[in-house]
Amino acid sequence: MTALVNHFAFEFKAGLRNATLLMMNYLFPLGFYVMMGLVMTQINPMFAETMIPAMVVFSAMASTLLGMPTPLVESREAGIFRSYRINGVPAANILLMPVLTTVFHVLIVSAIIALTGVPLFDGIAPENWPAFAGVTLVAVLSCAGIGSLIGVVAQDSRAVVLFSQLIFLPAMLIGGVMMPLDVLPESVRPFSLLLPTSHAMQAYLGYAYGQETLLSPLGAVLVLTGSGVLAFGLAIYLFNWDSKNDAQRGHPLMALLALVPYVIAMITQI
Amino acid sequence: MQSKAIQVTGFTKAYGDFVAVDGISFSVEQGEVFGLLGPNGAGKTSTLECLEGIRRPTKGALDVMGVDPSRNGRKLHNLIGVQLQTSGLPATMQVDEAMRFFSAYHGVTPRYDLVDRLGLSEKRDSQYAELSTGQQRRLALALAVAHRPAVLFLDEPTAGLDVGSRSELHVLIRELQSEGTTIILATHDMAEAEKMADRVAILLQGKVVVTGTPRELTATGAGFTKISVRTEKSLLCENGIAFPAVHRRLVKDEYTVYFSKDPGPTVSAVLAYLTEKQETLIDLRVERPSLEERFLEITQTGGTA
Repeated sequence: MTALVNHFAFEFKAGLRNATLLMMNYLFPLGFYVMMGLVMTQINPMFAETMIPAMVVFSAMASTLLGMPTPLVESREAGIFRSYRINGVPAANILLMPVLTTVFHVLIVSAIIALTGVPLFDGIAPENWPAFAGVTLVAVLSCAGIGSLIGVVAQDSRAVVLFSQLIFLPAMLIGGVMMPLDVLPESVRPFSLLLPTSHAMQAYLGYAYGQETLLSPLGAVLVLTGSGVLAFGLAIYLFNWDSKNDAQRGHPLMALLALVPYVIAMITQI
Repeated sequence: MQSKAIQVTGFTKAYGDFVAVDGISFSVEQGEVFGLLGPNGAGKTSTLECLEGIRRPTKGALDVMGVDPSRNGRKLHNLIGVQLQTSGLPATMQVDEAMRFFSAYHGVTPRYDLVDRLGLSEKRDSQYAELSTGQQRRLALALAVAHRPAVLFLDEPTAGLDVGSRSELHVLIRELQSEGTTIILATHDMAEAEKMADRVAILLQGKVVVTGTPRELTATGAGFTKISVRTEKSLLCENGIAFPAVHRRLVKDEYTVYFSKDPGPTVSAVLAYLTEKQETLIDLRVERPSLEERFLEITQTGGTA
């Protein structure tokens, strides 16, 4: 237990000491939130209605997809995981601790957004705060699972950027963050269902805001949960202590299995 | 209680078609300092990594304190301590934090005394990336021995260390050995291996070409004992004086240097000659062939010498 506490404490502090992680965990999402609050609400007043959940989802993606995977790759390449292995640190802890601490950082940022969104930018507060917290937790854990999987399968930092942006950029454009799913063209909407943000936003709207949704909020939560669990399980299975390891358990393409819940959602919604 | 700390039998490690280690066997007694020597690419690191449980052997049997490293990693972790040649810690991890972190995973109390002893007392709040290379290696060593392992693997332990730290490390190695710790020392520093190791094995192209104590190894080679003599009137510097068993002679910095296969008769004859000529002896040094010379001899002849 002491080992877990020490590990968690270190990873949490690393999220503040490491300049990149500090940027992705706090400065980037909060800066973007302030900018969107000041500008976007003026350009598109409708945005205020979903600003709080949208910015929470954005901060989750920034921390888990843009921040978390790179240190995993760098640690593997720098031989840090070898040191861990020799000293008996389990692979599951190596992946779980960054996930948990990143969730913690995102929850702190989410709390700041949720509590300041209304007074600062006339955002709409959730009707159901426990549901809001629950969906936030599920969404962050799901994104963190994908982030850890990217960190495991990416060969280097450049691959991390590529894989992360393959999710991050479409999520920003068609993932329900900047504009609701129902205003997207019909032809684009199925593809938006391949993105975690679409499901997270549907779950927020259905459970925390009590609004009509395009997708079943329960289905959205199940997709997020299923993908998160699959991604984290695959990350543990495919985990490599170092890049020279000749005993890899599976092909990196297995990581695509984490998308199965999204594919099912896309097919069933079509 | 078994006396062998490490038993390697017919161990082979291949990476695809490339055989890094080819069916080697050796054993290490408990409490022994065992030097693993060899040029780059000889198979030292592959051997160490398999013994440390980082990689799986392709063939053969490995035993570390009764544990198969490839099958029982969890038990192995508390039995061994490892200072990796290229070990890394997270850049932002502080020295004290690292000691707490790894001690907790080993289930032992953090040994901050080791941090102080290895000259890191001023750096306890410093992050790993802020430490010099030597300080990083000293921290790695402190972490490797903090849980009092039965077997300690040191891969180039003094690389990047200054003279004082190197000396302190040697004292620490002796202390650990006196407490019964078995130490595997992989190094390119032949003087260090000669000084610290009870026995050494020299690996060449994936095979153990010779095993023995440093003295045994240097005695079996073609190396010559170097006898350096300096006298008041430099009488020996004159050509034409022959002594028994001398293979070669040279004059350097007022010293006459004889390379002898059999130093006893050579020294006796030199002293007798000086007495006869009533020449005053100022300095006499006898240096047996070093392990480094023997190592070079072995590696240059491909292990046939």
